[in-house]
Amino acid sequence: MALFRKLALTIVMGVVATAMLFPIIVTITNSLMTEAEINYNYSLIGKMVNTAAGEKERFINLKLIPDWVSFGQYAEVFIHKPVFLHMFWNSVYLVVPIIIGQVLVASLAAYAFAKLRFWGRDKLFVVYLMTMLMPFQVTLVPNYIIADKLGLMNTNSAIILPGIFSAFGVFMLRQFMLHIPYSYIEAAKMDGAGHLRIFYQIIVPLIQPGIAALVVLLFVDNWNMVEQPLIFLEDSFKQPLSLYLSRINEGAFGVAFAASAVYMAPMVLLFLYAESYFIEGIQLSGIKG
Amino acid sequence: MRKDGVVAVLFLAPSLIGFAIFYLIPFAMGFLYSFQDSTVDGSFVGLDNYKALHASSSFRKAAANTFLFTGVSVPLIIALSLLFAHLLSQKLFIRNWLQTAFVMPLVVPVASIVMMWQILFDWNGTLNVWLQSLHIERIDWMKSNWATGVLVIVYIWKNIGYNIILFLAGLQSIPRDYYETADIEGASKFHKWIHITLVYLTPTMFFVTLMSIINSFKVFRETYLIAGDYPHDSIYMLQHYMNNMFLSLDIQKLTAAATLMVGCILILVSLLLAVERRFRNFMD
Repeated sequence: MALFRKLALTIVMGVVATAMLFPIIVTITNSLMTEAEINYNYSLIGKMVNTAAGEKERFINLKLIPDWVSFGQYAEVFIHKPVFLHMFWNSVYLVVPIIIGQVLVASLAAYAFAKLRFWGRDKLFVVYLMTMLMPFQVTLVPNYIIADKLGLMNTNSAIILPGIFSAFGVFMLRQFMLHIPYSYIEAAKMDGAGHLRIFYQIIVPLIQPGIAALVVLLFVDNWNMVEQPLIFLEDSFKQPLSLYLSRINEGAFGVAFAASAVYMAPMVLLFLYAESYFIEGIQLSGIKG
Repeated sequence: MRKDGVVAVLFLAPSLIGFAIFYLIPFAMGFLYSFQDSTVDGSFVGLDNYKALHASSSFRKAAANTFLFTGVSVPLIIALSLLFAHLLSQKLFIRNWLQTAFVMPLVVPVASIVMMWQILFDWNGTLNVWLQSLHIERIDWMKSNWATGVLVIVYIWKNIGYNIILFLAGLQSIPRDYYETADIEGASKFHKWIHITLVYLTPTMFFVTLMSIINSFKVFRETYLIAGDYPHDSIYMLQHYMNNMFLSLDIQKLTAAATLMVGCILILVSLLLAVERRFRNFMD
């Protein structure tokens, strides 16, 4: 009976899990279709269905299994659409500096919040937390003015700099550091180590799982950015893939599946590789210090 | 509290300088702008901007939609993620695979999947094909009041994995002997669930609620990519309003709307914190 229950529950959860993966699976299988097949399925000449009123109408035909497996759409994306690769690299040039910058800046600040005692520490930390809650649009105008004054408009820095200084990394790495016992630091002080030495010889090695988790979470969040480039990068040649994809989707589906699959691939692969860090990072951020 | 002060300043300086320039100062500027008639040499106009906002029907619509969306989707996602976390914590086959499937949507970029939503929810889309084959009248998903429902589904699809992970950690941290003691005392399943599981999940619940609210604001990305600047009335959110005010250079209304939104978020968070504090006193 216990086995039956286990099996039944697994099947129920399996169905839900499949539904969760459905959009991802469809994107990947459809990216392997020939362009002709895609056009046939999605350009409203696909399937004839009798409507309630009785007349026949054309509907989109969602298909899971390609008739022929073809890498034609990928070839199209990589060879005939150089702008795609260009924007893929635009995304990389935005995301990588944000990740590196935020890990450096946030780990230092997190050390101060977690392990140093100073006046107003907890109040300042609450201020950091509060800004994490605000939607991007809230500080839109002043940010625009500041970017303008600093001469950052239409440059990657207008997106990278706010990304580096967002409070999220400080918050998350602090959570990790809170779990390091004070006695480690006391012992290092006894041996005559300064705080900077304690930081990079004791703290940094100990929070490596936290840093890995932060890298994954930052990658996910920033790879996905939509609002910032929309406002700060008027020059569409500088925009990341997220915006480009939404444009090639319009109407013609053609190569969009392959483009979407390529766009999600780094995220999905990184996630499958570093899933345990990712999950640990989320779980630790939820445990209150 | 003062002995590390100098060191702390050095460690904090890089973060604090950038944080001030890109978050604190803009935030304060926005607040000031909301009481002025212009961003350049503006004079103080009191609550005029807020009155204009109140008179604007598109603002009222956007605010109502945002409240409705958050009010419906946050309780729903919490209930569903608690249910799935509970089921995933049971003995199952391929449990790690199932968990991976639930978390996967979290890492898929919105832009990669937008096309999928269009294919599913189009007037001539797949869902309507299925409805037709069941002889049910088809629905114009994105151009009717159903659009809110579609957004709720997209939001839950994307964010439920995050909550499930948090709840799973919360469930694992409840000591086994509580349940064993309750078993000896002959407590029912339901009784155990209410008096042990739910009680000890409350701190997790607090954090999950907070993150769900934050993430509910991010659903703008999906809405924007699916339906553009001016989607159907029922999914026109505060973020659309603010974006559009920005594009039409109506900075006063934008900053006033932003300030109101911040006010609401602060009230919401303080309420949550107050509830949590009372609950913790009650637990001790």
